[in-house]
Amino acid sequence: MASIKDMTDTHNWSGQKLVTADHMLFEAPREKHFMTGSEVLKEAVKRCTVDASVSYPITPQSEAAHLIGELWAEGYVGMYFRGENEFGVMAEVAGCAMAGARTITTTSGPGTLRAMENFPQWSGTRIPCQLILMARGINSPLTIQPDNLEVTFMLETGCMIWYAENVQELFDMSIAAFIVAEKPDVHVPIVTVVDGFFVSHTRESVMLPADDIALFPYEPYKAPLPPIDSETPPGRFLRDPFVMKSNYISYATHASWQWEVRSAVERSRRYAKHFLKGLVHVTGSEDAEIAFVTCGTASHQAKEAERELMKHGIKSKVIKLRTIRPFPKEELLKELEGVKHIFVPEFNVVGWLEKEVKTALHNNHTANIVGGPRVAGGMSLPAEAILKEVFEHINVEGK
Amino acid sequence: MAIDIYKINPEFRDIMPKEIIDLEENATWAQNQKKPRGIKEMPDTKEILEEHSLCAGCPEAAALRYVLAALPKPEETIIVNSTGCTSLMFPHIALHTVHSLFGNQNAVATGIKRVLDWRFPDIEKDVVVLAGDGATVDIGLDYTLQSFFRQENITTICFDNEVYANTGGQESGATPKGQVFKMAPTGKKFEKVKMWELATTAGCHYTMNMTASAPKAVAKAVREAILVAREIGPTFLNIYTPCILEIGLSANEGLGEMKDQDKDRFASYKFVSPEAEEFLKKCKEEGKL
Repeated sequence: MASIKDMTDTHNWSGQKLVTADHMLFEAPREKHFMTGSEVLKEAVKRCTVDASVSYPITPQSEAAHLIGELWAEGYVGMYFRGENEFGVMAEVAGCAMAGARTITTTSGPGTLRAMENFPQWSGTRIPCQLILMARGINSPLTIQPDNLEVTFMLETGCMIWYAENVQELFDMSIAAFIVAEKPDVHVPIVTVVDGFFVSHTRESVMLPADDIALFPYEPYKAPLPPIDSETPPGRFLRDPFVMKSNYISYATHASWQWEVRSAVERSRRYAKHFLKGLVHVTGSEDAEIAFVTCGTASHQAKEAERELMKHGIKSKVIKLRTIRPFPKEELLKELEGVKHIFVPEFNVVGWLEKEVKTALHNNHTANIVGGPRVAGGMSLPAEAILKEVFEHINVEGK
Repeated sequence: MAIDIYKINPEFRDIMPKEIIDLEENATWAQNQKKPRGIKEMPDTKEILEEHSLCAGCPEAAALRYVLAALPKPEETIIVNSTGCTSLMFPHIALHTVHSLFGNQNAVATGIKRVLDWRFPDIEKDVVVLAGDGATVDIGLDYTLQSFFRQENITTICFDNEVYANTGGQESGATPKGQVFKMAPTGKKFEKVKMWELATTAGCHYTMNMTASAPKAVAKAVREAILVAREIGPTFLNIYTPCILEIGLSANEGLGEMKDQDKDRFASYKFVSPEAEEFLKKCKEEGKL
C-alpha cells in the first residue's frame, strides 16, 4: 500500500515523476495501445496522483471501478474501498474530497439516480471530485443497455459535465477534468460522461504517454473553502445559523451561492478550451448547410452519416459538443453560421440535447432544428437511420 | 492544528467581538492534551461553544456542551452532523464541522476519517458523528450500520429525543410504542428501535445507552468512546435528550425527565469489547482517562 510520506517534490508516492497537465496531455511522447474504456480509465487514474476512490458495482461500470481498486493494491491510489450503495458512495466521496483528497468514482444509470441527492450537495460544497458516468438505461422494466437519458437528470446539479466520444477522449478528458475542476476559481465537481458499453466495453487503439509520469498532487489549501482537516482555524463568526432561518439574509445567501456555483462552472470555459482544444470539435464541410449537433458516440455515427451524404454529393458537418455544462453556446453559434438544417441524433427518448440546442439557438439562429433520429433502450444508431432522417426532411422542404 | 494558529490580525483586533478575543487569549486547548478536559472547566473554557440557538432549557444543548467539554483533542476533532435540531447549533461551534445531507453522516465521516488517516499518518485526528434519532435510526440506518460493519474508526453519538423535533414532532423509529405524535395519530404501532443493541451486533467496540442527566457520566462515555474509536474500531453512544416542547414539559423540567428515564427506557446499557476493555485499562494507567 502507498504512503503519502513517500511523496517528494519531484515524485509521487508511487515513484512516478510529477509533471504538469500540459506535459501529460500535449508534450509527453505517446505509444499506441489497444484497450477498452474501462481499461483506459485505469490508465488515466494511474497517471493522476489520485488520493482516494470509493466504488460500488453496477453494469457496465463495475470493471472500471474494480480496476481502480487494483491501482490502490498496486500503490498508485492512496485510499480505496467498496461502499454500501451509490448514495453512500457519493457521500463517502464527498467526505474524501472535503478532507482534501483528489477523489474519483464511477457509476451508471440507476446508480446515478440512487445517488442523486448528493450531486447538488457536491457542487454546493465546492468539492472538485470527478464522477465517471458510464451512461445506461434507467427505465423500467430493468435494462442494462446503453441509453443516456440519465444525463438529463444531471444537467442542473451545479456540476460540470463533459462528454467523451471514445476511448481516447475518455483518457484525455478524465485527466484534464481533475485539473480544471481543481482550479481555485472553478472548484466544482466534474462529471465525465461516456456511453456505457459503446465506450466502456469497446476495445480501440489509443495513444498513451508512459506510466512513469503523473500529475502534480491536488493542493487543498488553494481551495475557495478550507478543507475539513482541522489544519486551518475554524471561524466561529456566525452569530446566527442563518441557513435555517426564514429571513431575507437567508434567502439572499442561498440564492447568491447558487449563482456562484453556476458562475464557477462558467469560469471553467477558458481552462476547458485549453485542455480540450475547444469546447466543440467540428468535422465535415465547413460551408455545409446541414449540421449534426452531437455528443458522445452519436458523434461517431453522425460522422459516418456525413461521409455517406458526401457520396450523394450532399455537404454536411458534425459539431460535437465536448462540454454540456458549461454549454458551448458561442462556439455552437459560430459553427452554425450558414447552416439551414440542424439534426440532433440522440441515444434517449426525450431528446435532452435537442432541448439544450433549441434553448441556445432561440432567437439567435433561423435554422430548422430536427430532434432526431433518436434511439433508446439499447438500440444502436446506424448511419442509415441518420441518412433517412435527413432525406425525409430535405424532401419535405422540396430540395 | 497548531494552537497558536488562532491569532487575530492586529489590524482587525479593535473590531473583533469580545468572544473572538477571548478565544485567542484564553484558549485552553493545549492544556487539554496533558490532562483530561472535563465538565469542571465548562464555565470558563468557552472557546469551542459559547452561545447556542436551541430552545431554552433544551437538554440537547446541555448534552452538546458535555460532549464538547469531553473531547480528548478538540483541536484535531471533526464533527459530522446531520439535518435536525443539532444542525442549528453547529455554525456556533469552533471546530471543523460538516453538515452534508439528512442521513449520510456516517458515510461522509467515513470518507473524512479515511482521508485524514491517509493525509496525516502521524497525527491522530478524531472524527465524531453527532446526529439525532431520525438521522441515525431511520433515514441513515443503512449508512450508520455499514460504517460499523466496516469497522470505521469513528465515534457515533445519537442524541435520541425519540421524535422528529425540528420538523415539528413526528414519530421516529426511536419513539416508544403507543406514543401519539404527528404521523402516528393513533399511537406508534411498534417498539422503540434498540439502536444500541444493533450497534453492538454490528461490531461496535464500545456501546452505551444513557441519558444526559449526569454530565460527568456523559463526559466519561464520550472520552472513552473516542479513544476506543481512534485505536480499535467504531463506538456508539445513544443519549436521551428529550424534546421538552414535543412532550409538553417546561424549560426547567428536562433534567427531571432524563432522571426518570434513567430507570426506564434509557436504563444503563454498556457493552465494551475485550480489546476495548484492555485498551481502556492501559489508557487509565497512562493518565489519559
